Amino acid sequence: MVFLSYLISGLSLGSVYAIIALGYTMVYGIAKMLNFAHGDVIMVGGYICFIATTNLGLPVWLAVILSMAACTVLGVVIEGLAYKPLRQAPALAVLITAIGVSYFLQNAALLIWGANPKMFSPVVTGTLQLFDGQLTISYVSLLTIAACIVIMIALTLYINKSKMGKAMRAVSEDKGAAQLMGIHVNRTISTTFAIGSALAAVAGVLYCSFSPMLMPTTGSMPGIKAFTAAVFGGIGSIPGAFLGGILLGIIESLAKAYISTNMANSIVFAVLIVVLVVKPTGLLGKYVPEKV
Amino acid sequence: MAILQVNDIHVYYGSIHAVKGVSFEVNQGEIVTLIGANGAGKSTVLNTVSGLLHPASGSVVFDGKDLKGVAAHKVVEHGMAQVPEGRRVFLQMTVEENLEMGAYTRPRDEIMGSMDDVYRRFPRLKERRRQIAGTLSGGEQQMLAIGRALMSKPTLLMLDEPSMGLAPILVEQIFDIIRELHAGGTTILLVEQNAQAALSIADRAYVLETGKITLSGTGAELMASDKVRQAYLGG
Repeated sequence: MVFLSYLISGLSLGSVYAIIALGYTMVYGIAKMLNFAHGDVIMVGGYICFIATTNLGLPVWLAVILSMAACTVLGVVIEGLAYKPLRQAPALAVLITAIGVSYFLQNAALLIWGANPKMFSPVVTGTLQLFDGQLTISYVSLLTIAACIVIMIALTLYINKSKMGKAMRAVSEDKGAAQLMGIHVNRTISTTFAIGSALAAVAGVLYCSFSPMLMPTTGSMPGIKAFTAAVFGGIGSIPGAFLGGILLGIIESLAKAYISTNMANSIVFAVLIVVLVVKPTGLLGKYVPEKV
Repeated sequence: MAILQVNDIHVYYGSIHAVKGVSFEVNQGEIVTLIGANGAGKSTVLNTVSGLLHPASGSVVFDGKDLKGVAAHKVVEHGMAQVPEGRRVFLQMTVEENLEMGAYTRPRDEIMGSMDDVYRRFPRLKERRRQIAGTLSGGEQQMLAIGRALMSKPTLLMLDEPSMGLAPILVEQIFDIIRELHAGGTTILLVEQNAQAALSIADRAYVLETGKITLSGTGAELMASDKVRQAYLGG
């Protein structure tokens, strides 16, 4: 029963990672870049939600929508200002820019909201007692897992069935051929950033509901873990991001419970290294040979 | 009447001057072919016409409109479609999705009719419409690439090395298809290394050598030319 409760907490933590990892993996799949500022968008999402509920007194659902809207705009603006001018630049220049954007967001948050941590109050409170109180599950955990499932289904449908989703897949395979079809590549990339950033806002709100100390650096740890999850599952693969995120959450939770709280992060990254040594493309990643 | 006019275009890749002042035209209803050796700049010319590359100087006029500054994704809306070199179908998408992408700029209700036309022309694609394009054979992928381009209902269809990497029997099939499309009223600009096959179906042809047009004439004239026979037709 104790094991089950660790498993559920791992599952919900993993769901947060999975939602964040989606942003990494979609952007990588389509723009072929690693957006290291993605984690900091989570932090911004957390702050917006915090201000909307605490300072403005808005209801939680409205705060979440506001936060998603703000992050969507932020994501599109970041892409347009920082990454779009570098479309023809070497990958390294884009990577360095992304790291720069990440520090920019952290420092902007420091200026605006200060260094003192804010206490984020969970979006839902209360717990569910099962088996005569032997198993306690918080509503936040259930909400997170449910959100992850809904997002997974909605996104899979969107990518596979909608016109824009198909255009995204086309762009991710071959930008030049996609242009010949009349697909506006830049708009497709912007849309990808918009979706990824809106999901980051959701992830930010959920993450802060578990880990309520909200600081300008709040986004970096979940960001780097979710990036790990995306690589673990196979970067560029949407099911891979889900699988990677959830496995990572479970590994982290079980490592904390049964091995060592301090060692948990090391164990998580050690697992990543082992997976990459055995299967360099990640769990669900495909090996696509470079064509000449 | 010239539907496509290419006027003295120069194209660079970085500091490499790949196309050095090429001019040619394609008239409504013609099959025009650009032949030349590997590296002569044929694909560069075609990619410049379709807007993937931009000329440093010179102009591309299609259907009376100068395409200068028109983004590549807008060119297809003007009625031009390209079957790119190496087919470049979307390998991880199904046959049907590839065709849908070909009609990306058209309203949804018009697509079904065009798709039926493509399936009528290429029954193999219909049989395999739910299959991932990566599982098709080379010949089938070339048919898909042509079908995909036809989905935009182009007035000018440009084909870049459609015979590349195909068995002789398939090359013949592809050229039959090009002939049929032409008979159906589509204007065709064909870039080929297979000069024999290209000249045999072309109304007019241009020979491209290291970024310049060195010869032009009707398909039959070039086929009879000593220079072309020695250089491209194996004596």
